[in-house]
Amino acid sequence: MKKYEIKLDRRNFLKNSVSVGLVTIAPGVFLQEIAHGRSLDEPASDKIRWGMLIDTNQCTEDCDACVTACNEEHGIEDFGRPTTDTQWIRKLNLTNEFTGKKYSLPMMCQHCENPPCVDVCPTGASFKRADGIVLVNKHTCIGCRYCMMSCPYKARSFVHENLENQLPHAPRGKGCVESCNLCVHKIDNGENNTACAEACVKDGHQAILFGDLNDPKSEISKQLSEFGAKEIRSDLGLNTAVRYRGI
Amino acid sequence: MKNLIRYKSIELDRKVFYPISIVFILLSMCFYAFVTLEHEGHWLTGMNNQIVWGIPHVFAIFLIVAASGILNIASISSVFGVSIYKPLSRLSGLLAIGLLVGGLMVLVLDLGRPDRLIVAMTTFNFKSIFAWNIFLYTGFLFIVVIYLWMMFEGRYNKFVQQVGMFAYAWRIILTTGTGSIFGFLVAKEAYDSAILAPLFIAMSLLFGTAIFIQAIYYIKTTFDVNTEEIIFKRLKKLMLYFILAVFYFTILYHLTNLYATTHHDYEFFLLFEGNIYTYLFWIGQILIGTLLPLYLVSSKKFYNCWNTLLLSSLLVIIGGFVQLYVIIISGQAFPLDIFPGYIESSSFGDGEVAKYIPSIYEFMLGFGGIAIALAIFVLGILSLEFIPDSLDDERLQS
Repeated sequence: MKKYEIKLDRRNFLKNSVSVGLVTIAPGVFLQEIAHGRSLDEPASDKIRWGMLIDTNQCTEDCDACVTACNEEHGIEDFGRPTTDTQWIRKLNLTNEFTGKKYSLPMMCQHCENPPCVDVCPTGASFKRADGIVLVNKHTCIGCRYCMMSCPYKARSFVHENLENQLPHAPRGKGCVESCNLCVHKIDNGENNTACAEACVKDGHQAILFGDLNDPKSEISKQLSEFGAKEIRSDLGLNTAVRYRGI
Repeated sequence: MKNLIRYKSIELDRKVFYPISIVFILLSMCFYAFVTLEHEGHWLTGMNNQIVWGIPHVFAIFLIVAASGILNIASISSVFGVSIYKPLSRLSGLLAIGLLVGGLMVLVLDLGRPDRLIVAMTTFNFKSIFAWNIFLYTGFLFIVVIYLWMMFEGRYNKFVQQVGMFAYAWRIILTTGTGSIFGFLVAKEAYDSAILAPLFIAMSLLFGTAIFIQAIYYIKTTFDVNTEEIIFKRLKKLMLYFILAVFYFTILYHLTNLYATTHHDYEFFLLFEGNIYTYLFWIGQILIGTLLPLYLVSSKKFYNCWNTLLLSSLLVIIGGFVQLYVIIISGQAFPLDIFPGYIESSSFGDGEVAKYIPSIYEFMLGFGGIAIALAIFVLGILSLEFIPDSLDDERLQS
């Protein structure tokens, strides 16, 4: 029987170790680089603050692509009862009382840095994630609606109806309060965009730009520093993550 | 002087048949409404995404606020040393427990997820005034039970004053907390005012006294408890002071808003626009709930007339409900000014006055709270010696 001799001097050992190491680590590093996603065990980072810039000049009154996309993305049904139906995002039409100029813009949760809904929630079900997204923990929301009383943007809806066939990434249920979650499932998947922003681009408007407000190289930060933008109800000092341009 | 006060419990007989049947009917209706809403969802109520708190909250807050105020009768005796009220202290404590439990039950049954009550009792966000209130309400119940124990147990009578002091401070904080549920809401023009806390304290004293007068009249007529001039005059005077206190804070609240330009639109909407809230405010709250009872309790024409006092307390209770309705509903119905200086419109009711038509289910839940208060009252007087055998002047002065 032939005997194989393994010549393992120091040089070969180091060479082989580095090769094996690279082969093992590289896919993880590169795939991570491509996906930008987090593993489910990894907490959201406070180095990021997700936000949106709405350019009202690009938004038209007759378009509601963002609303339709949001409803489809999260399985929000229309029960034909407008006063109790859920709306995470709505089109708001404005007319300046002084000049008469008209504007149209999408309104949704503004993902405040100091959210009043989080302050008033008795169980802490309303909370702000480290990356600035304001969410509702559907396991601890008792449906008291105090957050809805406190929201200066009327951004929240109470689920008044029985829901069926909910989407796995949008766990919604009767008796809880909910609002725009900045498509948190897409962020956690590494897609880093929202359904409304994608739909707006697809419709050729580009009125909604999503990105990391903390990254000076991001498109949203560049546009904010170049053109500036307005915080709605800035008098309340909430430091919103959704900013509006052109109004 | 020898203490002549004696207490009695009530036999289960025909006399308590009426309240027990009322309790049974109201609780059955409440249970039906609760199960229906749990099964179908809140779309069956008149509440919606604009008016998120409705009739159940009006009932609940009325009962909670009145619970704090009704204990004032015991406080006057043990904290301020007015011994005339001593025979009424036990009854005051019992009614306080009943009203609070009734109010809390309505709040809980109206929750979107009442099955998660245990979450509300174990998971707290201490920045929330709601979370503080959970402690204030449960603490209040605990303190009143201890207070009653000290009153009932002869050996511990000496501690009544200390416990009474503690209960007095607690209920002032409790009503401040309830008023602050609205006072701390910065976004809505109708709220965001520190005056709401003292207004709620004054309201609690008034509503509590009014309900207590009804209860005294009930035990006087049903269980032959003799009442004479002193107790009548005292209760009448209390009513007068508390009506004036609520009136004062109401005027102050609206004057503050009228002075601040940013609140002019809301004040105009409420006071002068001619909508349902305008009528409720002027006719329900001011005329029926304030001016009429004020006239009845201060006029010499109705001197020493129990029926007048009873009527004025009934008017105060009706006016109180209307006042809470006006505060809670009109504040939500008035549109949020998200973009000051712009006319707003949307599919979500922006820029419009929100509509609210309460449904029967909401009333059923609310009356369920009253039924619980009544049930606790009846159970209390049946099982323990809550009712003084007489409130004649000689015994009260002893």
